[in-house]
Amino acid sequence: MRDRLRHENPAFRADWVIIMLYLLLICAGWVSICGASHEIGDTDFFSWGTRSGKQLVWMGCSLGLGLFLLMIDEKYFDLFAEVFYYLMLIVLIITPFIAKDIKGSRSWISLGSVSLQPAEFAKCATALVVAKLVGQYGFMLSDMRNLLKAVGFVLLPLGLIVMQKETGGALVFLSFFLMFYREGMPGAILFTAAAAVVYFVVGIRFSEEIFPGTSAVSGQFMVLLIIWLFVCGLVRVYLPHTPHARRLFWTGLAVNAAAYLTSYFIKSYDVVWVQIVWTVLMAAYLIWHGLGERLRPYYLIAAFGVCSAAFLFSADFALDSLAEHQQGRVRVLLGMEVKEGLDYNVRQSKIAIGSGGLEGKGFMNGTQTKLKYVPEQETDFIFCTVGEEQGFIGSSLVLLLFLALILRLIWLAERQDTAFGRVYGYCVMSILLFHVFINVGMVMGLTPVIGIPLPFFSYGGSSLWGFTLMLFIFLRLDAGCKMRRRL
Amino acid sequence: MTTQDAFSNRRYVIGGIAIGIITIYIIRLLTLQLLSDDYRKSADSNAFRRDILYPSRGLITDRNDSLLVYNEPSYNILVTMNDQIGLDTLAFCETVGITVDDYVARCKQIKEQKGYSRFKPQLFMTQIPKEEFLLFREKLFRFKGFDIEKRTQRRYATNLAAHILGDVGEVSEKDIADAEDGYYKSGDFIGKLGVERSYEKQLRGEKGLRILLRDVHGRIKGHYRNGEFDKAPIPGKNLTLSIDMRLQALAERLLEGKLGAIVAIEPSTGEILCMASGPTYDPRLMTGRERSELHKQLMADPMKPMLNRAIMGMYPPGSTFKITQALIGLQEGIITPETAFPCARGFNYKGMHLGCHGHGSPIPLVPAIGTSCNAYFCWTLNNMLANRKKYHSQDEAMTRWKDFMVSMGYGYRLGVDLPGEKRGMIPNAEYYNKRLKKWGPLSVISISIGQGEVTATPLQICNLAATVANRGYYIVPHVVHSIQNGTLDTIYTTKHYTMAERRWYEVAVAGMRRAVTGGTCHGAAIPGYEVCGKTGTAQNRGHDHSAFMGFAPMEQPRIAVAVYIENGGFGATFGVPIGKLIMEQYLNGQLAPGSEAQAASLQSRHINYRGYER
Repeated sequence: MRDRLRHENPAFRADWVIIMLYLLLICAGWVSICGASHEIGDTDFFSWGTRSGKQLVWMGCSLGLGLFLLMIDEKYFDLFAEVFYYLMLIVLIITPFIAKDIKGSRSWISLGSVSLQPAEFAKCATALVVAKLVGQYGFMLSDMRNLLKAVGFVLLPLGLIVMQKETGGALVFLSFFLMFYREGMPGAILFTAAAAVVYFVVGIRFSEEIFPGTSAVSGQFMVLLIIWLFVCGLVRVYLPHTPHARRLFWTGLAVNAAAYLTSYFIKSYDVVWVQIVWTVLMAAYLIWHGLGERLRPYYLIAAFGVCSAAFLFSADFALDSLAEHQQGRVRVLLGMEVKEGLDYNVRQSKIAIGSGGLEGKGFMNGTQTKLKYVPEQETDFIFCTVGEEQGFIGSSLVLLLFLALILRLIWLAERQDTAFGRVYGYCVMSILLFHVFINVGMVMGLTPVIGIPLPFFSYGGSSLWGFTLMLFIFLRLDAGCKMRRRL
Repeated sequence: MTTQDAFSNRRYVIGGIAIGIITIYIIRLLTLQLLSDDYRKSADSNAFRRDILYPSRGLITDRNDSLLVYNEPSYNILVTMNDQIGLDTLAFCETVGITVDDYVARCKQIKEQKGYSRFKPQLFMTQIPKEEFLLFREKLFRFKGFDIEKRTQRRYATNLAAHILGDVGEVSEKDIADAEDGYYKSGDFIGKLGVERSYEKQLRGEKGLRILLRDVHGRIKGHYRNGEFDKAPIPGKNLTLSIDMRLQALAERLLEGKLGAIVAIEPSTGEILCMASGPTYDPRLMTGRERSELHKQLMADPMKPMLNRAIMGMYPPGSTFKITQALIGLQEGIITPETAFPCARGFNYKGMHLGCHGHGSPIPLVPAIGTSCNAYFCWTLNNMLANRKKYHSQDEAMTRWKDFMVSMGYGYRLGVDLPGEKRGMIPNAEYYNKRLKKWGPLSVISISIGQGEVTATPLQICNLAATVANRGYYIVPHVVHSIQNGTLDTIYTTKHYTMAERRWYEVAVAGMRRAVTGGTCHGAAIPGYEVCGKTGTAQNRGHDHSAFMGFAPMEQPRIAVAVYIENGGFGATFGVPIGKLIMEQYLNGQLAPGSEAQAASLQSRHINYRGYER
């Protein structure tokens, strides 16, 4: 009887590794919230009036929610995926109209004394519906039409959340592309996106310097070198067994070196023009061979080179198209500007983390967070408290817990017997990874200040419930899979 | 079975991305938290407000416990540039009594200081007197960014003993750099002169520290770790000087209108009973904001009132020096107390003539001291330097002579506990070899009567008197009698024996007694005491310097005194009466009516120094 219960009840078949990691993370999160929200000498962590007390209630609710999700039949997730999704869209549409303006964003709906952020739950609904779409039999993401359809499902809530002026929350939806990559989206798309980021960062960062020995702008000079190397690399990967990659590399090296040395020793001039001509020549060379051999990669790589150059010269324009404060953030992040206020948050959070040292100052002994030097320290900047009070040991342990959770999710996703389960698993993992990547990078001054919470750590019911919901739906799917396979 | 598809290998790429991100982040944590100390320091400067708690400086009293130097509250105005919002500069300047130009200049000066931070309070004005402070405090709320800090200011009870007491002033950059423990911060005070400087460490105490936690709005949130790292200030120790202020007052009074110095020492302890230098200045003026201006003026004065002539003036000791020569001669066996030398109105030898006044001839030692016969001591030195039986060479004899002098406290700093002491000059063989190439006893003969190359400070002369009074030893003279809860340096309690034996000192005492009873300084006699003395009349480019040293009573001496009056003429003119009055005042605690009249007359006798090259 007992054995039967253990086998038939999915709550007993849930992956205990994930549950342990989850419990560890939310407990560590609660300790951090205590540290961040209390004043020195406070010992009252449990009363309803305090943030730590409230978080404890949210945590209790989450556990209830998780248990509930493990109990219900998994087919409902598949069945009602679209329903959830469209309901969510409607909520997202009406949110800006009924929401109060909080720091310029209209994304919080007040229900009595509790505020909810629908965007946190939209991630889960989108993951379900995308998983259902991609999980259909014979659905191939390498097919461009299918890909566009899937991307559409992702961009719809993204756009709606942007309308709530909650850019950070919207950007999270970009993490679905990691799952798309797993499900067969051409890697070239991911590579192109990464290349664009590299061009943008290098191009903007060095846009105000002159490369020594020339009269060329450093940023342009360096990006054009990178484009040449990328093109060589792409030719090597997509057109193996041809001499083109080698030729392009050595000729390019000769051309660039000659251009630079002329400028350095003879007369300083704008080397960039030579590089542009070289880029065009590379494209022409590839198209010429493409015409002969009739292979698509020739054209695509040629287009990549030319478009890259074009993107470089429009990067400034792209930056200008951002809002003033976002431009500022980009410049501050790239170390081009030191502006009071804009870099204040990051500077203070770096100070808080950096002052933690190896072992940290100890629970409730962090001065920077206690004395409110770090802004939003219970929510977006919660990792500062970990860094300051628990030091290098504590904070790297937290990062390793997240890594363990993510790798475990990949492992579990790969063992799903349904494409739906696998895709959903990757969605959950991608979203978690994106949150950790952006949030922790932000407090350490590595990624732009995009206001998104650190999963399980940041104070707030919506975020905690949103992640619990996502995670436990996946645990239920996994448990079902395990039961089917009699594992 | 698991779903396998064409892209399942991409799981490794994705896992790799996740591992890569976390690895980069852990490396970043490493650089932030372990490789740099800057963040911890920034964090501390963010969160900690370090208040320095200033100790009160030790008080200074004289040997009779009358208060000489004490503290009075004064106030500093501090400014935190970052908080200076919407300041009504004009109103501010009016309140503190400066012009707007001053204000601008001061702000510029502050910003250029080393270690300036616009978040930290900077010293704007110092030593605001109480009345001004009260006015300013009323309006303080209008001047955002300004703050008041309570400090103390030195106050002097009398206008006496400026050279001994010294003063305090703001630390210079050099003072800050020189302090090994990094104790001083800009704006702190430090002893600049006198005992304020030489006993700085004892007087200043130790600054305390209070670390307060300050939140992002600048509000104080209590003590850091409940005050675990706070430190209470340790008040400075009080000093009791060995100076007798009544004696000091008399000495300064007698020096009025004269350049010179008076020093008195208690022979048995080496304690300095009075040390006056003329001209002097009023230490009460050397406080507050005007100090540096006044200091500059005094430094520019051609009469050099800042110079403590008692320890910094290097004078030819004149005939007071003859006592040392008698002691050397006796100890070395060149003369005996019975040895008599002829004196035909001076020293005549190999065509050399050095004059003397009329007295009987030949004359033995004690009367020679009593009448201050030049010839006697010329013969003594000549016979010593020319003695090839006892000394192998003239150089050896000269070195022997020099060693005697050094053992008596000449030629080097005695080590008095006041800054700036000079060492005087005692020539040695090497010096003459270099300067004169070929020399003999006759070329240096004038050093035997305290002229020529020999110089000494009045303190060294007084120390000789004290050594004779002690019959052969001295204790390094010092002005501090005791330090509260502390002990004096052992050099101020150690007896230094000279190279001459006690029995020879008895002869010197007899000679000095003779000088008072029937010699050059009969004016030094005080009824009821057996006074011993020796005059000095030192030739120099101008009018002779008048010198005297003496001690009393002859048995169990209580005071040794030296007087040196620049261009005062014969020793008996100024030196003897002044020395007598000092001894009388100290021995009797007051002056007899006749002496009082003498003091008044000496006080009003000013020497005209115009025309003398200084």
